[in-house]
Amino acid sequence: MIRFQNVYKRYPQGLEALADINFDIGQGTLTLLKGHSGAGKSTLLKLIAAIERPTAGSVLVNGQNVGTLKRAAVPWLRRNIGMILQDQKLLFDRNAYANVMLPLAIAGFPPKEAERRVRAALDKVGLGKREKTMPVALSGGEQQRLAIARAVVCRPTLLLADEPTAHLDPDNAREVARLFHEFQQVGVTVVIATHDEQLYAPYSAQQITLVQGRMEAGA
Amino acid sequence: MNSWLIQQSAALALALRRLAETPTITLLAAISIGVALSLPAGGHLLLRSLQQLGQDNSATPQISVFMALDADDKASDKVAEQLKTHTAIGKVEFVSRETTQKRLREAGLAQVIDSLPHNPFPDTFVLTPRDTAPEALENLRTELEKLPRVEHVQLDSAWAKRLSVLLDLGRTAVWLLAALLGVGLIALLFNTIRLQVLTKQEEIEVSRLLGATDSYIGRPYYYFGALQGLLGGLIACAIVYASFGMLQDRFAELAELYRLGFSLRQMGPLDILAVLGVASALGWIGAALSVRQHLKES
Repeated sequence: MIRFQNVYKRYPQGLEALADINFDIGQGTLTLLKGHSGAGKSTLLKLIAAIERPTAGSVLVNGQNVGTLKRAAVPWLRRNIGMILQDQKLLFDRNAYANVMLPLAIAGFPPKEAERRVRAALDKVGLGKREKTMPVALSGGEQQRLAIARAVVCRPTLLLADEPTAHLDPDNAREVARLFHEFQQVGVTVVIATHDEQLYAPYSAQQITLVQGRMEAGA
Repeated sequence: MNSWLIQQSAALALALRRLAETPTITLLAAISIGVALSLPAGGHLLLRSLQQLGQDNSATPQISVFMALDADDKASDKVAEQLKTHTAIGKVEFVSRETTQKRLREAGLAQVIDSLPHNPFPDTFVLTPRDTAPEALENLRTELEKLPRVEHVQLDSAWAKRLSVLLDLGRTAVWLLAALLGVGLIALLFNTIRLQVLTKQEEIEVSRLLGATDSYIGRPYYYFGALQGLLGGLIACAIVYASFGMLQDRFAELAELYRLGFSLRQMGPLDILAVLGVASALGWIGAALSVRQHLKES
């Protein structure tokens, strides 16, 4: 599903974020991306979603080299990827329902079908009764779950999450980890960048550890 | 409904909502667009009305022969005799100086005419030449000018020619004005949309992460620009319609006074459609340029 081959990422200021990264992630697996802050976890996820481009090497997603993808083709890649970024990037000018509706509107779903899917996604993350609530009125855990609902509402085949439990209390964190496991169980490929690997101990997950932009022990 | 139609109508609805969110700004922008567009639109319609003049005159070219002011009836009779027997002239109409004075008095200029010490109008012959070729007319004129006591010979076709040159000039000026104001309008919309896009920065960024194409992101702004242009176009039409309504009577008086086959023609449905179409198109172009520029930068 995802294959990195000799991937390097250097930022213009000369900072080397990733060096010589090689790994394979199979379809329908749960993968944990570990490492200290600044080890390159976020950068690696951004390479998969074509938010950043590699300086060298190839990043293959479903056999497609996303590093050389044309600008106009990037949206079609992203529609197959659910992303939960570190700052959740919820839109605070609209309620929970409208936030989850956005990806469906972008993909051009018929209104009836879209409505059904938004409700299903909100129910799934336990926010079914809070669809009219503005994000600012949601707790940290609820906001994170809202971001998850938005990421999965289009039923992507790949789910990327960057520190999804970093600011959550243990109960909320466990709940979020359980959600990711559920998605993996129905066939979604899940890649999670986290410090908190203990959370995922009950589930079988492959692990990739980054140390200063290099792989320490891999899959 | 297919997804294309769904997305178009959603973008249109969003654009309408944004226009309605800031009614004052929307109205002010529409007024500036309307005023700017009303100038070339009104100018164009005015020229089209004036064109009737040239057409009427060139269809039946006439020659006016003015006698000297101090020529007496005998002199006029003599000239009349010569004109009537001239082979190149078809019809001769004599308008005596008294008739001219009477006509203008009836046309409402009595006060002006009565205040003059003596009749300022000469005896006049209006001739219809048989041969209307420009050369023949020119020859006839030189010939007529040599007749005794004839002060001035005027070819009405020359007047028509001058009018058509003037109209051409006017038309060029209107086109130039239209082009300049069109560019101005595009610039105006460019800026309006730019300010909007900047306030929606976050939404655009998130939409992109969720797989929005550039055309999805731009679409509401394109509709916004087109609708804003359309509103401006409506205002332009209202301005032109109202001013022509007010001017129509004045022009009718003027045409009556000068006995011209001419009236100010009001805007037709096609004219209105053209103005609205151009206004919307300019709005769309301004928005498209603005959004494209922005998306390229970010």
